[in-house]
Amino acid sequence: MPETTYIDAITQAMSEEMARDERVFLIGEDVGAYGGAFKTSYGLLDKFGAERVIDTPISEIAIIGAASGAALMGMRPIAEMQFLDFITCGYDILVNFAAMNSYLFGRACPIVVRGPAGGGTHGGPYHSINPEAMFLNRPGLKIVAPGTAYDAKGLLKAAIRDDNPVLYIEHKYLYRRIKENLPDDDYIVPIGKANVRRRGKDLTIITWGAMLYVADDAADELAKDNVSTEIIDLRSIVPFDEDAILESVAKTNRVIILHEAPLTGGAGAEFAARIAEKAFDYLDAPIKRIAALDVPTPYSPPLEAAALPDKTRVLQAARELLAY
Amino acid sequence: MAKAKKESDSAVLDAACAPEWTEILKQMIFIRRFEEATEREFRKGKIGGYLHVYIGQEAVASGIVGALQKGDAVFCGYRDHAQALSLGSDPNRVMAELFGKGTGVSKGKGGSMHLFDVEHGLYGGYGIVGGHLTLAAGAAYAKRYQGSDSVVVCYFGDGAMNIGSFHEAMNMAGLWGHQGMCPIVFVIENNGYAMGTSVERHSALTDLAARVRAYDIAGEKVDGQDIFAVRGVADRVVRQVRETGKPYCIEAVTYRFSGHGAADILQPYRTKEEVEQHRHRDPINILRKRLGEVCGLTDDDVKAMDEWAIERAANAVKFAEESSQPAPDELFADVVAEHGPRPVSEDERE
Repeated sequence: MPETTYIDAITQAMSEEMARDERVFLIGEDVGAYGGAFKTSYGLLDKFGAERVIDTPISEIAIIGAASGAALMGMRPIAEMQFLDFITCGYDILVNFAAMNSYLFGRACPIVVRGPAGGGTHGGPYHSINPEAMFLNRPGLKIVAPGTAYDAKGLLKAAIRDDNPVLYIEHKYLYRRIKENLPDDDYIVPIGKANVRRRGKDLTIITWGAMLYVADDAADELAKDNVSTEIIDLRSIVPFDEDAILESVAKTNRVIILHEAPLTGGAGAEFAARIAEKAFDYLDAPIKRIAALDVPTPYSPPLEAAALPDKTRVLQAARELLAY
Repeated sequence: MAKAKKESDSAVLDAACAPEWTEILKQMIFIRRFEEATEREFRKGKIGGYLHVYIGQEAVASGIVGALQKGDAVFCGYRDHAQALSLGSDPNRVMAELFGKGTGVSKGKGGSMHLFDVEHGLYGGYGIVGGHLTLAAGAAYAKRYQGSDSVVVCYFGDGAMNIGSFHEAMNMAGLWGHQGMCPIVFVIENNGYAMGTSVERHSALTDLAARVRAYDIAGEKVDGQDIFAVRGVADRVVRQVRETGKPYCIEAVTYRFSGHGAADILQPYRTKEEVEQHRHRDPINILRKRLGEVCGLTDDDVKAMDEWAIERAANAVKFAEESSQPAPDELFADVVAEHGPRPVSEDERE
């Protein structure tokens, strides 16, 4: 298959799953006639018709709610948030209804809620969210956050086939910046399984989403000083691959957790706590977290760049750990 | 409150002496006795948390549910015991749920507000006001998508009409109705109060049925204390919705004789006189009187029904009491569904 962008990987996953399974449909704002705000669903209306590519009013509660109700009737809906920031409008339905139905009633709501997240595109405070932390504490919901085109496709297919509600966080900065050769054959990436993106022995960086590329740059730089960095691409936030984290920490004894959401109460705090609880004896230095500053994402490009994590901050943390 | 019109559907009246009506009376008496039993068990501390009973509103549950057929789906709010019982859920398992026992319809993990019994068409009592309207609209869409002629009934209180999910669900249902893709009957259980806030104090427009017109959904009021009226409207509306795939809204004007919840003892938001006045229009007495006058139902007949109902409610309490607590491993069961093609959970890795 020719080189496929991250966004095309998402479109392909939806298209292939809809062709494979009539229970799958797409519902959201401007997903049909407009083709999606980012053109993620471009062409799907022509292929599958208006009953399966459903344009809705601006109604996040009803989008997630209707998807959940249809899921209770045996469907496999994909609900698009035009920007994942807007998921807060439908938060109640996702965490209190969709995520709890399995536990309360033994009948899960297999929906995928997906949409563009992340900063770096000067979207400003309402169009740049990394929302995983506000869903981390709500059992019943799975959360994935692909950082490659391969994973974007494979994880979305896995999410659609999963019997549970899955929050699928796609990073809009990567939409057209990432291109990969994808397999021709059908494949999925299992939810809950991390990818060791780069093997190393001196230091571990645990990360996901667009921060993979910040980690890559930092690791390249460190390699010049003969520092061997292991990069764990978590890919799934819930459930997360604890074994992969602990194995890497046991090997390198030094760890940086890198994420794009703000520091305080971020998902990294949970991973740091797990490492402290389960791998304390392996640590040769404190756990470091590199994250966005605890501010809303500002619009101004220089301010935004200052708020988001970058290579310089990762390198500084790495050198502190190595010198500890 | 605007006057609800009386249904004078002759088919309903002609059939008033059919044995079915005696069964309906029996069922309503049973719901009443069941609810009274739950209130007693709550006071004894056997039922924990929060308890909301349907006393005074029985005709709304029985009347609408009676018009449904197999495959139809019901969604409702937290005042959900009567819907479950009307749909045919096992009263023992409903009571056991209220007791938090493993034999409950939701395995003791939901409680009073969260009954669920798909086998009988109940897709949930939901404890957060209004959210279930959106689920019900999506369920109705799915029914049509799947080529089924089933309908969805969605009950909600007058208070639910002021939360955002109501407006989003109604608008979407109205739109989907244009394509015949939303076979849903919305039932407003207008009992006059959102908890303790009266309709006049919570809704800028007090003609509630009129409010759905804004979403191009037709609606009408019905006297929710008169089971003949409710059933008459329900038969017609359910048939129509099944045929057209267009949503419809029934505002059942009713009244709850009990407090909002079991802890609502003082009821400072309404007077005793007001409650007494409404008690004169007890839905059970209205039906009973009619069957007595028209069909010769005797006091002894009613007494026999009542004894049956009391005993059945007592048996449910006994069943609930004697049932075991949920098994300890139930704590972890079903947090996520594990039977799918690819769910990889932490538990599976260990």
